Amino acid sequence: MTTHSVEHSDEFRAGRELGLNHVKLGMWLFLASEVMFFGGLISSFLHYKLNNPSLESGLLDVLLVGGNTFVLLTSSYTVVMALAAARTGNTAGLVRNLLLTAVLGAAFLAGQGYEFASLIREGMTPTSSVFGSSFFTLTGFHGLHVLVGLLWALRNLAKALRGGFGEGRALGVEIFGLYWHFVDIVWIVLFTVIYLI
Amino acid sequence: MTSSQTPASSTFQTLRRYISWNTDHKVIGIQYLVTTFTFFLIGGALAMVMRTELSQPGVDLLNGAEYNRFMTNHGSVMLFLWIIPVFSGFANFMLPIMIGAKDMAFPRLNAASFWLIPPAGVIMLTSFFVGAADAGWTAYVPLSIQSADGQSLWAVSVILLGTSSIMGAINFVTTTVTMRAPGITIWRLPLFVWAMMATALLVIMATPVLTAGLVLVALDRLAGTLFFSVEAGGNPILWQNIFWFYSHPAVYIMVLPGMGIVSEIFPVFSRKPIFGYKMIALSSMAISVLGLTVWAHHMFTSGLDPRLRVPYMITSMVIAVPTGVKIFSWLATIWDGKIRLQTPMLFALGFISMFLIGGITGIFLASIPIDIHVHDTYFVVAHLHFVLFGGAVSAVYAGLYYWFPKITGRMYDENLGKLHFLMNFLGTNLSYLPMFLAGLLGMPRRVADYAPEFQPLNLLATMGAALLASSTLPFLYNAIVSWAKGPRASANPWQGLTLEWSVSSPPPPHNFEHTPAVEYGPYDYGQPRQLEQPASAAAD
Repeated sequence: MTTHSVEHSDEFRAGRELGLNHVKLGMWLFLASEVMFFGGLISSFLHYKLNNPSLESGLLDVLLVGGNTFVLLTSSYTVVMALAAARTGNTAGLVRNLLLTAVLGAAFLAGQGYEFASLIREGMTPTSSVFGSSFFTLTGFHGLHVLVGLLWALRNLAKALRGGFGEGRALGVEIFGLYWHFVDIVWIVLFTVIYLI
Repeated sequence: MTSSQTPASSTFQTLRRYISWNTDHKVIGIQYLVTTFTFFLIGGALAMVMRTELSQPGVDLLNGAEYNRFMTNHGSVMLFLWIIPVFSGFANFMLPIMIGAKDMAFPRLNAASFWLIPPAGVIMLTSFFVGAADAGWTAYVPLSIQSADGQSLWAVSVILLGTSSIMGAINFVTTTVTMRAPGITIWRLPLFVWAMMATALLVIMATPVLTAGLVLVALDRLAGTLFFSVEAGGNPILWQNIFWFYSHPAVYIMVLPGMGIVSEIFPVFSRKPIFGYKMIALSSMAISVLGLTVWAHHMFTSGLDPRLRVPYMITSMVIAVPTGVKIFSWLATIWDGKIRLQTPMLFALGFISMFLIGGITGIFLASIPIDIHVHDTYFVVAHLHFVLFGGAVSAVYAGLYYWFPKITGRMYDENLGKLHFLMNFLGTNLSYLPMFLAGLLGMPRRVADYAPEFQPLNLLATMGAALLASSTLPFLYNAIVSWAKGPRASANPWQGLTLEWSVSSPPPPHNFEHTPAVEYGPYDYGQPRQLEQPASAAAD
């Protein structure tokens, strides 16, 4: 029914006049709440790092995690390329870049799994000290977010393979991109406060 | 809910919509209101058991451990399952209509936020079967790490409720920003919508921090992490900081929407434009921002660095300014108005008078020397209940009566409404005024027993509580009987100007036949041109 769809798109007129898509605004608000969630976890981590220093922090492998950081940040580049491809209706480019994003995300998770395993082998666990508790909680929650992003990338990939992102229908990729970049930015903060300072 | 449905089968059909997944914001609004009111009754029953125990000194009905469980669950149910979500119920039903929209921006997310609440409530109350949570609604560590298994269920339940509240907040902000009808500029938003915006932004900023804190508590309890175990270097004060970073703003999450509701009621029942529209709107936003900067005033006795106490005292007191702006604006609104003392107006006036007592005693508590003296006494209990029962609950009742005709399509009984107000008002003051005195005399809170000299004050409080409990009876009878067979309500029984009164009672499925185009403010009373034709259809 054409009249119905016309009326429906009319629903968000105030948003369009402001240049705001409602799904994008919703995502930004969700990310704002995520900032506060990670803010709580990061504050707790920093509190213990400053007030209760632990020798276990010497076990952290900055080189390995630095490489892993590079992998994750590269995936932000592929997400940007995926969005550019979706905007021009280039399905092949979209599929390729979403696939690369998923592979890079999976590589990051594998690297994190390897890091966790070696730390646990050396005796640093979530229950070994306050430092261990806050380290594994903070990085673990970030890893969960990467996992969610990875599943979302695969879902978008499936949709792209079905031809679901026609020209001018890049919004789904853009929203996914907002989330993915957010998760990357959180990692930059985490890498700095956990491994560098 | 279309109008006349007399056959039993269609009544059944109608009822079924309310107990199943439904994305209509009006159905979800009613689901919220009915569910949360049920939890209000449960929380009230828990309080009545406590008040019975406290009617005389000595341990008769509940021992200390049982009392702690009742106290914890009374507070948690009332805050997390009643006051916070009940306002989402009003906002769900009214906010889209008030801004001329057909529904919320994310209808499925909206349904999901409601459907998190019943399971979370069941999880919280199920804890009574596995050793109920007993660390108070504040769940201070290390106590809440050592409590019985129910404390884990409590944490899970509050995480779910917080998630529901964040999802709702995202929806309210997005809806208000992107879905306003032509002519609804931001300076023509009804003040209830402004209040919900301020509340929703506060929820988005504050609630995730509590979620993070609860995750730490849950991990300590379930996975053996060491965040709050003192012997391993964990720091209980960290929890207090995280908890109050959420829970002080939460006080405003619980009262700002109520201020929005009474801001709707005063102009309608005084037949005057609201006084200081922009100031009321902006003071909501100011309270939201300031509310995030005051949390450590709950920790004056926790060993906080003394140099930090004064800044927190000052920010806390500064909040009295936007609050005062609102109260004086409301008084100026009704000043010289053509006042109609119907039930919604009575509850709104009750709101001002009792919230004022709660607010002013809040200033007492914000000043460090008084706080140190009355900390953890019944003075705090009295203050909190004047804000949340005298304040927030009065506003809820005001809203329920005000919008009852719109939501149900039927009028409630005015005499029963007035009886309800009278019992509620007397009951609230009889319950909580003696507690101020008991607190100043040094009676500690959260204890099942007390020294004999506090007996008269406690007996008064218990009598007040009994009056409050019985005051729900005329309300329930009125609501149920009027909903089933009260006289039909016209579209605009109060002659209001906000958009919900321009559509039929109850509103049609998509709220508006045509997108409304609005050419006047929500409180333009005394300008009769508007009353005949509240909303002209958009020409587009």
